[in-house]
Parts: sequence; C-alpha cells; structure tokens
Amino acid sequence: MREVDVNTVTEAVKKLCMDANYFLDDDVIKRLEECQKQEESPTGKEVLGKILENAKIAKEDKAPACQDTGFAVFFVELGQDVHFTGGDFVEAVNEGVRQGYEEGYLRKSIVGDPIERKNTGDNTPCVIHTDIVPGDKVKITVAPKGGGSENMSEVKMMAPAAGVDGVREFVIDRVKRSGANPCPPVIVGVGIGGTFEKCAEIAKRSLLRPVGSKHPNSFYANLEEELLEKINNLGIGPQGFGGRCTALAVHIEVYPCHIASFPVAVNMQCHVARHKEVTL
Amino acid sequence: MSEPKIIKTPLTDEMVEDLRIGDSVLINGVIFTGRDSAHKRLVDTLEKGEELPVDLKGQIIYYAGPAPAKPGKPIGSIGPTTSYRMDPYAPKLIANGLKGMIGKGNRNDDVVNAQQKHKAVYFGAIGGAAALMAKAVKTAKVVAYEDLGPEAIRRLEVENFPAVVVNDCHGGDLYKEGMKKYQK
Repeated sequence: MREVDVNTVTEAVKKLCMDANYFLDDDVIKRLEECQKQEESPTGKEVLGKILENAKIAKEDKAPACQDTGFAVFFVELGQDVHFTGGDFVEAVNEGVRQGYEEGYLRKSIVGDPIERKNTGDNTPCVIHTDIVPGDKVKITVAPKGGGSENMSEVKMMAPAAGVDGVREFVIDRVKRSGANPCPPVIVGVGIGGTFEKCAEIAKRSLLRPVGSKHPNSFYANLEEELLEKINNLGIGPQGFGGRCTALAVHIEVYPCHIASFPVAVNMQCHVARHKEVTL
Repeated sequence: MSEPKIIKTPLTDEMVEDLRIGDSVLINGVIFTGRDSAHKRLVDTLEKGEELPVDLKGQIIYYAGPAPAKPGKPIGSIGPTTSYRMDPYAPKLIANGLKGMIGKGNRNDDVVNAQQKHKAVYFGAIGGAAALMAKAVKTAKVVAYEDLGPEAIRRLEVENFPAVVVNDCHGGDLYKEGMKKYQK
C-alpha cells in the first residue's frame, strides 16, 4: 500500500488545467501544419495559418488558446495499491480545478442546475472517469472539453443489421450536419459497441490518442482512414469556409456489445485538442 | 484570401450592401459582446417596450464570452461561440437596428431573411483562435448585465479584428458556396 496525500492531487490538477489550456501538444501542431500545406482553398490556408499563430501566442503569453476553457473532464487510472490520505479524492480534484481556473485566468463555464443555469463561478464540478488498475500509481489525464464541439456529438442505438455501412453513414452525416459549429478542422472520435454510456465514453477516450495514430486492428485502422478521406471530401474545410481539411483525424474505439445492440457514438473535438497527463 | 476590406463601425446600409460572402474584413471601432443569456434579456426588454441598456443601432454584436483578463491586459482570450443559439433572438435585434453579428456556424432562415430585409451582415470569426483575437481588442468595459460574468455585455474597442463575411444581405451563404466548391 502506498499513501498519496490528496493535496498532491490538487496541486497536480491545478497545473494540468492551466497547461492543457495554454500549451497545445506537438502532434496537433504537426498535423495542422501538414493540413495547411495541403489545403487547396486560399481562405482555408489562411485560417489554418491563423490557428497555428494562435497556438504560438497562447504558448508565449500563457493565455488560453480558446476562451472556452471547457468542462474539466478527467480520466483517472487509479492503482489499487494506492491509499489516499488527508481528504476526499474527488474533492481534491475539484479543488485543483477551482484553483487552476481561478489562478490561470481560465473561463468558468459551468452552470449548476441545467434548468436554472446559474454559473457555479469556479468551473466545478468536474467529470471524473476512474479505472482501477494494478499497481501503486495514479495517472490523471485532463481533457478540457469545449461546448461548441461537444454539442455536435451524438449517440445512436442502431440495429445490428446496420453494420459497418450504418457506421459510415452516421459518422459522415454527423460531420456534415455539424458544418462550422464544432470549429473544424475537427478530430472525430467514434465509439462502436458497449452500452449506451460506454459507447460515448470510448468515443471520448479515443480523443486522447495522439492525433492520427492508427487503431491497432487493421480493419478499424482502414475504416479510420476511409472515413477521414470521405469527411475531407465533404468540402466543409477549415471553419466551414470551404476547403479540403475538415478533419485532422478519425479515431475509432470499439467494445463488445449485447446481442441485440449496436451503439455508435460520435464525439466531436475541435482543433484545440487539449489534454495533459501526470502520473503520481 | 482576397485583400481584406477595412471597415469601421457603426455600419450603414451602404457599407453592409458592399459586403459579399467570402470577403475578408478587418473590423475597427466599437463592437459589443453578447451571447445566450444577454440575448434573452435584450429581447425580453424589447418585448416589454422598454429601452435597451445599449444602443445597438448600426452596431455589431460579437457572440463571445471572454476568458478573464490577466493584470495589465484589456481582455482575456476571446473567440466566437456558436451562433445558432442566438437565432431565436437575432431577427428582433436586427429589426431594431443591429447591423452586424460575428460568430461561427449556420444561421436559420429567420435570421437570413431579417438580414436581407433590414440590411445586416453575419461575419464568421475563427473559432478557437481566441488568443490571437484578443490582440485586436484595445479596450473592454462591461456595459450591461454584469451579473452574467463571461456572458455580460462588453463594449470593445477593436483594431483590425479579422473576420470573413458568411451571410451577406444579398442572400449569399459562404458555408453553402464554399462547401459546393470543394466537395468531391
């Protein structure tokens, strides 16, 4: 058993929230640069140039790349030999969010009651997905999620007969209907299988993969590539102004499902694809 | 991208008529921020027959809720939010003199029709390029609904704020035309 003081968790979370919002990862930058080179539309090229310039300014000024600094979503891999001391783990994560969003000049975008819609004022509560794993470490990943792209996401409970063609149709239609709303170029996270909620969760989890990394199973890797090509042939382009680069990548994750079910989820991610992790 | 057109607020009918879809513009002068809750309050005020807290005649509303300003800066990062949520309110504001909107994403037919009827323009800004756009903001002041926090109405003085004409007052739609041009 290893003891971990929850204050360490708060400190780590606070830094993760700030870093994720200021510093875009190299894989995203690299992919944006590739797309800028390939973009056929002059307006699209210019937009991608401004997006890259924005990432540079955000990094230099330690300013959030996007003003929508998102819902603080966490993925935690908790070693089963860890014992937290000094307080409540969930509260410690929320306290880290509270401090990170306040001290980091990040926007507070959470309303308490969804009908009443009064801002909680500190960007809490967060959402935490926890997996218990072997070992005595805690891995915490934050993926702040903006509202614009999240609103263009969808879960569909299809009939198993819909098959892979059904997946193709649903994913492409979802991107097409989204147009400029999710701030293209997007990363399209696709979950196939599981239950209603598992499907959405794996779609979101797929967004943590390095941009453009392939699924280990060649069938799904090929499907990712095929969908990316079809999406980029839609013509939506950067910011929907028309062009070739509508998506930076398609990431698919799969999970076994019930004999009667075939859930498919699309979780849209804008080009400000933020996530940072730490292992304690 | 074409050479950008430099425009200065407030906008007149003639200035709006001169703008066409795909035009790249640099906006100068005063613009106002306003998004979901502020729109609801503005329209509620008009429906009660009361006076608006800001005069929107000839003005542009930027659909945005900024990040907090760091010490010494006029404003934090400020990119556009998705516009469709303001569609139920925009026609009423356009009918009351609003000339421009800055946001991202499609507008519904009611907004597009109001734009044609009353000569108003809809610009797209680059969603997610919020640190870059903050550089164009020289001063910022909350002028209404302070209790709404990031959603309060702010008066911004901007210099060369970059945007693209998405829906002009002639019925043009860059999202439709742009997609048509590049789809395979």
